[in-house]
Amino acid sequence: MILEAQDLRKRYGAFVALDGISLTVREGEFVSIIGPNGAGKSTLINLLTGVLTPSEGRVRFKGQDIGGIGPVALARLGMARSFQLVQIFPDLTVLETLQAAVVSRLGRGGRLFASLRGDRQVQAEALEVAGLFGLANRAHTPARTLPQGDKKLLDVASAFTLRPEIILLDEPTSGVSTADKHAVMEILVGAARRIGLKAIIQVEHDMDIVFGYSDRIIALHQGRVLADAAPAAIRADARVVDMVIGRGAR
Amino acid sequence: MRTPLALGVVSAAILVLPLVVPPYHATLMLPFMAYGVVLLGFNLLFGYTGLVSFGHALFIGIGAYAGAVLTTKLGVRHMELILPVAALAAALAAAPVGALCVRYVKIYFGMLTLAFGMVFYTFLLKFYRLTGGDEGMRMLRPSLFGSEWAGFNKTAYLVGPYYYFSLAVLVVATLVMWRIVGSPFGLCLKTIRDNPLKAESLGVSVPRYRWYAFMISAVYAAVGGALLAPPTGNVDPTLAYWTHSGNVVFMVLLGGFASFFGPLLGAFAFIFLQDTVMSVFPYWRLIFGAILAFIVIVAPGGLMGLFARRGPVEVSRR
Repeated sequence: MILEAQDLRKRYGAFVALDGISLTVREGEFVSIIGPNGAGKSTLINLLTGVLTPSEGRVRFKGQDIGGIGPVALARLGMARSFQLVQIFPDLTVLETLQAAVVSRLGRGGRLFASLRGDRQVQAEALEVAGLFGLANRAHTPARTLPQGDKKLLDVASAFTLRPEIILLDEPTSGVSTADKHAVMEILVGAARRIGLKAIIQVEHDMDIVFGYSDRIIALHQGRVLADAAPAAIRADARVVDMVIGRGAR
Repeated sequence: MRTPLALGVVSAAILVLPLVVPPYHATLMLPFMAYGVVLLGFNLLFGYTGLVSFGHALFIGIGAYAGAVLTTKLGVRHMELILPVAALAAALAAAPVGALCVRYVKIYFGMLTLAFGMVFYTFLLKFYRLTGGDEGMRMLRPSLFGSEWAGFNKTAYLVGPYYYFSLAVLVVATLVMWRIVGSPFGLCLKTIRDNPLKAESLGVSVPRYRWYAFMISAVYAAVGGALLAPPTGNVDPTLAYWTHSGNVVFMVLLGGFASFFGPLLGAFAFIFLQDTVMSVFPYWRLIFGAILAFIVIVAPGGLMGLFARRGPVEVSRR
């Protein structure tokens, strides 16, 4: 078990955003979290990534309590994330973005007078990840001029460059055209396998993507876990279909 | 290819300048070189880390006063010693000031730096016995390259040894800064400028890097400040006044903060423009105000932006 949440509660004043959520993520799993707006997905992500401290309960990553530890410490521990609204460095090129992640992972950011160009390990790793994500031919393109799908890939690729053990993808295909969604996911999953990622957690609205890639699906509703099961069982669960997926969808 | 060529031509011109132009114009190059050092550091904070300090005159003042105190009160005349002491004094002051300021961004960061600058200005103004109050202190002629240049009158000293000493400092400061912005550290600063949220998620500790950049820029400001004092032979509290900080911001905007050499061009343009405008028109600030408005609206990339291929407007609206 790599990530574990026990009886998580999060209150904002009188409002209860999460009302006792427990979940586990094991090695080798691809877990999707689904739920309608207001189900508590964002709060859950913020708790699982150490942005917030739970009001009650605990989040453990590799046995360590990560409540409120913050993004920098989380990255050092080996958990990376991407964002729902794509986050890039507008004026940095694809390669520079990936180099920054390598520099951070290797702890070389304090090297004031070293030459970045002369750092072969940083250069090689950044190029390798660019290739893995199909961004090699745009290596010298400033991130702000990339097409939306490539921006999304770059956001995720830079997180992958940290060589995390686990990655949390917040709507990896939001903002990507329907035609490109599967291509983006294929690249992601392929890269995850190559890099040796132990687990992927994604929050996603697109049920095609959710059912196409997940080993397990956790459905949230009103701050609680409505169901936590394999895709087939989720699809057969009338409550989940009614409250989360919708009859119109599959 | 264009950049090395341009650099070569400019360097050669600066080298032979005192030999071919009247001494007056050569002495105008001295504040250019001093501000050049200040601005290289300032732009590490502004152009590379995304923080606009409105209190940088604080560190210019520390550097200038360090030189004055050393030469008049402590009998230390070696410029080679004055510069490191100025740098150290600035680093010591910047450590706590920076640690506080970098917790804030945008206008709050700017206002906080402004506040610290004004605190120091008031200290210089009111602690008369220590600082000489509004009259300031004398800055005695420092020795350079191990010599006092006793046979040189003031002008000969300034356009001779002092000119080349300043140039040497500027060149070293430029090379060191070039190294810094091209280092892994420099890349981390750029990630923070572009997107602090994303930088943190990649494990870059935003406050810590901002603090480092603040300290480095303070050290540069102090070295430049120490270089400013000998040509005038006097230091006074206006060196640390907020309008002086404003001038620093102006120079960087004038030259263009999106380019490494933009600030140097800005310092050069500012000094010679100020000299020209002041000589023909008493209300030079009026002209400078209009120029500033023009730059911000029409050419936000500054003078360098006019040559650059990249869209400067996008850079400025970050």
